[in-house]
Amino acid sequence: MSDRGVIAVEGFNPPIPERRSEPMPSVAGSATGLVNGFFEWFGSLGIFSWQVFKAAVTPPYEWRELIRQLDEVGSKSFPLVALAGAAIGVIISLEARYSLTRFGAKSMFPATLVYSVIQVMGPIITGLIVCGRVGAGMGAELASMKVSEQIDAIEASAINPYRLLAATRILACILMLPLLTLAADASGLLTGWFAQSLVEPLSFHQFITSGFKGATFNAFLPQTFKTTVYGLIIGLIACFQGMRTRGGAEGVGRAATNSVVLGSLFLILADVVLVKLILVVFP
Amino acid sequence: MATAYDIAMKKAKPELDGRAPVVVVEDLRKTFGSHNVLNGINLSVNRGQTLAVLGRSGTGKSVLLRLIIGLETPESGSIRIHGQNIVGLALDRMGEIRKKMGFLFQHAALYDSLTVAENVAFPLVHHRKDMSGSERGERVKQLLAEVGMEGNLAKMPSDISGGMQKRVGLARALALEPEILLLDEPTAGLDPISSGEIDDLILKLQLERQMASIVVTHDLHSARTIANSLALLDQGNVVIEGTFEDLQESGIGFVKEFLKQS
Repeated sequence: MSDRGVIAVEGFNPPIPERRSEPMPSVAGSATGLVNGFFEWFGSLGIFSWQVFKAAVTPPYEWRELIRQLDEVGSKSFPLVALAGAAIGVIISLEARYSLTRFGAKSMFPATLVYSVIQVMGPIITGLIVCGRVGAGMGAELASMKVSEQIDAIEASAINPYRLLAATRILACILMLPLLTLAADASGLLTGWFAQSLVEPLSFHQFITSGFKGATFNAFLPQTFKTTVYGLIIGLIACFQGMRTRGGAEGVGRAATNSVVLGSLFLILADVVLVKLILVVFP
Repeated sequence: MATAYDIAMKKAKPELDGRAPVVVVEDLRKTFGSHNVLNGINLSVNRGQTLAVLGRSGTGKSVLLRLIIGLETPESGSIRIHGQNIVGLALDRMGEIRKKMGFLFQHAALYDSLTVAENVAFPLVHHRKDMSGSERGERVKQLLAEVGMEGNLAKMPSDISGGMQKRVGLARALALEPEILLLDEPTAGLDPISSGEIDDLILKLQLERQMASIVVTHDLHSARTIANSLALLDQGNVVIEGTFEDLQESGIGFVKEFLKQS
């Protein structure tokens, strides 16, 4: 074999590098890192929340930006929330009619629909829809502003970014979630009644009278107003994830994803606590 | 014929005499993780003075500006603005100090959802509540005219070039009539003609307004044009501070190498 041949063979079969004696990361080390990361994340969230709270309660108040955010969160989420509420109304109507007929409790249909939509499905569906639309939008917008130094530019212009960007968005979510929930509830009740009417004629007045018979404000108000907590969670997580972003386009994508995933997760976990709390406080 | 630099030196130098420094940086240290970015920097800038901070990439020049405007917190040392130490100030108190400062970011950092005019009006909307809408509009037009951007009020930042964005960023930095101007790489990424235009603009504004300016750059030609003193940074330390002539006459190896490569 010629020298050239040897070189060619070596080129195709590179020598195996010597094994390095770097220690593999241990399971205990990884677990410690995860635990540290968990506490670090919650610690940062706590500091961020305190900064936002301080900024929100001290003047000057950013009314103009708040109104813009109310429009962004409220008006622009309305069609989506109403549509989701309408779909839920039809689904519950179809399912409930089948189950109630089977157990001979067809007369309970209006009450079942009203309680299912207003107490359970309306609030959670509104929360999840808004978390998907608004949470992702806020997370991506603020992250994009962060990586392009726009948030630094706001701060350098002697404007508190926690007040201008975070407090206004979080407050808009808190104020708009109950109103959007009412819209989803109304839409769900309307389509639920309509779906039922197609099978078995029932006047809307009769449906409402029967559905709300014996109901008190306590049965519905806490369930609707608990969505202010959902709003707080959605706004806080999205602003926090957006404003702490690092790392260009990848960071922006990660912030948007985390805003939705963590927001939805915390929203559902909060619902577990809120439902129990409401049952205890408003029996 | 006198160059712009000569004119600036003649006009600016007498202003330095007998004035208290506006910005004083003392023993400033900044660390990111295990990396020491600044190792005890000492600098001072007077009214009417333009200090150019030079150095290789990654030597902490931009970090120094971010520390001075409070976007970063140092490990130790002090930064005095008109005698007040700003290290550790609360955000709202720092805001009062920042009203006296203008900051031009390296990539302009214009608000991409606002027009050119709205970008310049942004600090006025938040801090000059006494101004009526028409007064604010006039002020914005005047600021944009100063930087040669009067015909681009309604354009979005994405519709204008990098050089034009820097001009708009400069107009925004000047909106509150700052006493201190901080410029981060004002000519980076620009062609020689645009760089020259930005340099002339900064020089003109500096001569008119007599601000205390700190310019971070790696462009020696630009620094020589707009600044009346220079500081050369290496590995987190100020290697030399003085005029361009002081740098030329220096026997320090790094200074000679930097001047040669520039």
